[in-house]
Amino acid sequence: MKLFGALMVGTLAMFTASLFVGYAAIPVSTGLAGLFGSGDALIVTVMQDIRLPRTLLAAMVGLSLGLAGAAMQGFLRNPLAEPGLIGVSGSAALGAVIALQSGFAASFILALPLTALVFAGAAVGLILLLAGPRGSSLTLILAGIAVSAFAGALTSLALNLSPNPYAASEIIFWMMGSVADRAMTHVWLALPIMGLGWLALATLGRGLDALTLGEDAAEALGISLSTLRTQLLFGTAAAVGAATAVAGAVGFVGLVVPHILRRFAEGRPSTLLWASALGGAAMVLAADLAVRLILPDRDLKLGVVMAIIGAPLFLHLIYKTRREIA
Amino acid sequence: MTLLTLNKLTVRRGACPVVDAASLNITAGECVGLIGPNGAGKTSLLRGALGLLPYEGQSSLAEMPPKARAATAAWLPQKREIAWPMSVERVVALGRLPYLARGASLSDEDQKAVDAALDRMGLQSFRARIATQLSGGEQARVLIARTLAQDTPLLMADEPIAGLDPAAQIATLDVFKTLASEGRAVFTSLHDLSLAARYCTRLIVISAGRIAADGPTDDVLTKDMLADVFHLRADIVNTPSGALIEPLGVLS
Repeated sequence: MKLFGALMVGTLAMFTASLFVGYAAIPVSTGLAGLFGSGDALIVTVMQDIRLPRTLLAAMVGLSLGLAGAAMQGFLRNPLAEPGLIGVSGSAALGAVIALQSGFAASFILALPLTALVFAGAAVGLILLLAGPRGSSLTLILAGIAVSAFAGALTSLALNLSPNPYAASEIIFWMMGSVADRAMTHVWLALPIMGLGWLALATLGRGLDALTLGEDAAEALGISLSTLRTQLLFGTAAAVGAATAVAGAVGFVGLVVPHILRRFAEGRPSTLLWASALGGAAMVLAADLAVRLILPDRDLKLGVVMAIIGAPLFLHLIYKTRREIA
Repeated sequence: MTLLTLNKLTVRRGACPVVDAASLNITAGECVGLIGPNGAGKTSLLRGALGLLPYEGQSSLAEMPPKARAATAAWLPQKREIAWPMSVERVVALGRLPYLARGASLSDEDQKAVDAALDRMGLQSFRARIATQLSGGEQARVLIARTLAQDTPLLMADEPIAGLDPAAQIATLDVFKTLASEGRAVFTSLHDLSLAARYCTRLIVISAGRIAADGPTDDVLTKDMLADVFHLRADIVNTPSGALIEPLGVLS
């Protein structure tokens, strides 16, 4: 409960900071009024149409990645697992790149995220087909790696064939991941899909706890592994697919956050699920704040900052836990 | 009371049956040892009986809905796994999972079962230790305590004493014997024939997937059986504390 309190306070603090820190210096009281639609029209626009969707998306994306990362690590019983492992984010990125490259993305505001979502769904279908209904977790990982590699290759092909340097740089910037310049329409597109994913992932706790003892013991404890697996795939696809669709590829959250919080969750996969969800939200909100504070004029990308924060954090963690791992 | 009935249970790996039409009953109060050479089908028989492998024939356990099965039989797999750095108490408490509603915390009754299991395995002083940092043998005892916490009428274990020190082996089998005397049943595979002779009330011998013998320990453990099934030349010495099997050589 102390963990829950601390994470909740951290996430709320980041959320509030994200709303009130930005390019335009707006006093908190004015900003708060603007958020609820009163005061200067310009400030209302800044708060409601720029900062609110950005903050909400950062929190939603972080929550999705943290939750899916914890679930994936719990299912595979491997601290190196991350949600991108099953190829959902790679495929969603491919969809987005194709939308950008073909010009479809410009046809209407949600064209890009919708294409990305369709591709994420197709990836899960393909993995289920490859791994079979009762396949082992190893087959699942291999199928995921194959799908990721193929999506990566096709993404490179799309870049290779891009009609002009502007299209290529647009694609590259999109792939770096960002929650800047998004509208509430993006929130409304992603929220229901992510919500379903969150629901599927958050109810995995019991099964993941039982899996601590191995697949055989878990099944003998009354857990249906095939249901668990389907629920995990569906949940990850929905949450991470939607996250990638609206924010591009944001790495490291799903890997690092569960890893950091595991000791505070006393190793329990079910506790780690919600702890990672909150931790992921706080971390992405913090990274997005850093994006705005470090180089406000240079349009730094969220995915880049996330990796720059994430990698040294991960190194530090490895350094600290190397004795336990050995 | 019959806790497990197998009727012509067959488990196939590919086309080849690794368990071939095995029929047996386990009733309350028994401590049944499953013995046989490596690859005879001990693990497949136990897993097939629990419905963890595709099978033909009938198994009363495998036909139960998962939740009812988890309340009837606890299963200790051969492969000892504790994936995450949890405390010993938490690992043992996982045995209560079938009785917990989603998201519910341990009730007093659950906590009592966990404490009793820790007591039985002599793990009270370990309860706050991180299970993954314990030695292999200690982890094995933690996992046995986990199955005890499940508090089922039937305990099925696959080589539970492999890798334990002699005292821990005897302590574990003592616990199994106590469980049987309390009216539960234990069905365990094991390799130590002398310990099997001393602690099991009944032995089932499996050889190349078929049940070669099934009966009271003294009737089953004969020189002929050891020669036929285990290809072992051995002396059987009757001592006041039970039969002692002294392997002398391998028959070709």
